[in-house]
Amino acid sequence: MISMLAISRESVTPVIRGSSRSGSSFHRNRSGVLQNEVSTPEKDAPPDWSAVLCQVADQDRAAFAALFAHFAPRVKSYMLRLGSDSMQAEELAQEALATVWRKADRYDPSRAAASTWIFTIARNLRIDAFRRRNHPEPDPNDPALVPDQPVSADTVVAHKQDAVRIRKALAELPEEQREVLHLSFFDDQTHTEISDSLGIPLGTVKSRIRLAFGRIRTMLEDEE
Amino acid sequence: MSIQHHPDDELLVSYASGELAEAWSVLVATHIALCTECRGKVRAAEAVGGAFVADAVPVDMNADAFEATMARVARQAAEPAVMPVTTVGMAKPVLPQPLRDYAGGDLGALRWRRLGHGAYHIPLVAGRGAPTARLIRIPAGRPVPEHGHNGLELTMVLQGSFVDGGTRFGAGDVETADSDLEHQPMAEPGQDCICLAVTDAPLRFRGPIARLVQPFIGI
Repeated sequence: MISMLAISRESVTPVIRGSSRSGSSFHRNRSGVLQNEVSTPEKDAPPDWSAVLCQVADQDRAAFAALFAHFAPRVKSYMLRLGSDSMQAEELAQEALATVWRKADRYDPSRAAASTWIFTIARNLRIDAFRRRNHPEPDPNDPALVPDQPVSADTVVAHKQDAVRIRKALAELPEEQREVLHLSFFDDQTHTEISDSLGIPLGTVKSRIRLAFGRIRTMLEDEE
Repeated sequence: MSIQHHPDDELLVSYASGELAEAWSVLVATHIALCTECRGKVRAAEAVGGAFVADAVPVDMNADAFEATMARVARQAAEPAVMPVTTVGMAKPVLPQPLRDYAGGDLGALRWRRLGHGAYHIPLVAGRGAPTARLIRIPAGRPVPEHGHNGLELTMVLQGSFVDGGTRFGAGDVETADSDLEHQPMAEPGQDCICLAVTDAPLRFRGPIARLVQPFIGI
């Protein structure tokens, strides 16, 4: 802190903070973190974010404050990874959480874990912000939509565990498979770009993603 | 409806991550409106995205972020609400969403453009070098002009059916054709076949007439 003050006193020009490049390299240097985190057993049971999100749907401000404290910094991290500068990442994270509050009554715990639902909101916002278009999606109220099979109470319980079980599944994947999956979701790289940046054929990227996804789905189904 | 042919898992993962180009995304979204199996797979892939977000290294928000967000919510609440399009009592459309939005309505409302050989099309997503999506209507019992690909082509049947290389594709089915495949889909008799076709490179039509016409019809 002292050294930072000293520097800022010397330098009249404001320091340009958090450009998109420095933002991503900061995180890229810590690419091992995911691995470490997944293998560390959590001592305290994490809050049931699905239940918290359902409280938010009832306009519970305290529940929203807790959800915000947990997810906003993670959504901001996601936005930084995907090429936002610090200001835009803050802006998009706030907008994402505002959307969570506004649309919480549409959250269906029988279909998705809270983290999954929040991810889709963040993803759609950044597509809108960066590409100036919507993410094409089916409309659940469309009469032409073929409805989902009814879900059992067990499935609701299972979805709450999704994040935990997927972490476990990810930790058990071969490193090369986890890497392409992480680049796909968290580095704004198309599969062609991943192929270029890793210097491996596109076919290999695709087959690693298929294998990784197949394993995760098998693990999820086995435990359901 | 019994869907037999599905898009590749890799495409579904790419759609879920948000990295898939718009033209392919329209096809995936249209397919998962009709296919509960692939919709489930997309949800599973989104759960992977959720797990990555849950595991992301937290980055501090601004000190006033929570209050700023609540102020944002209050501002949004003050804006006039957009009335949702009512679908109650609406006849079941042939084209599911989001395709109706791209096409400008259901089948009855479409403005088809002549493509030759009795076929018609409607461009939906186009762009220089970017993958293109369009609707194609093939007359019942007639072939699509034989063509190969410089890249990937995905064709999803919306109405009617076609047969290609001995395989039948009905409503909801997706045919994946890559650059190795010279194929000649043939609409089955009885009903015009309407498809959503997405390509990442211009098609190579065989035959001198088709090759001459190709630059002008923009496919």
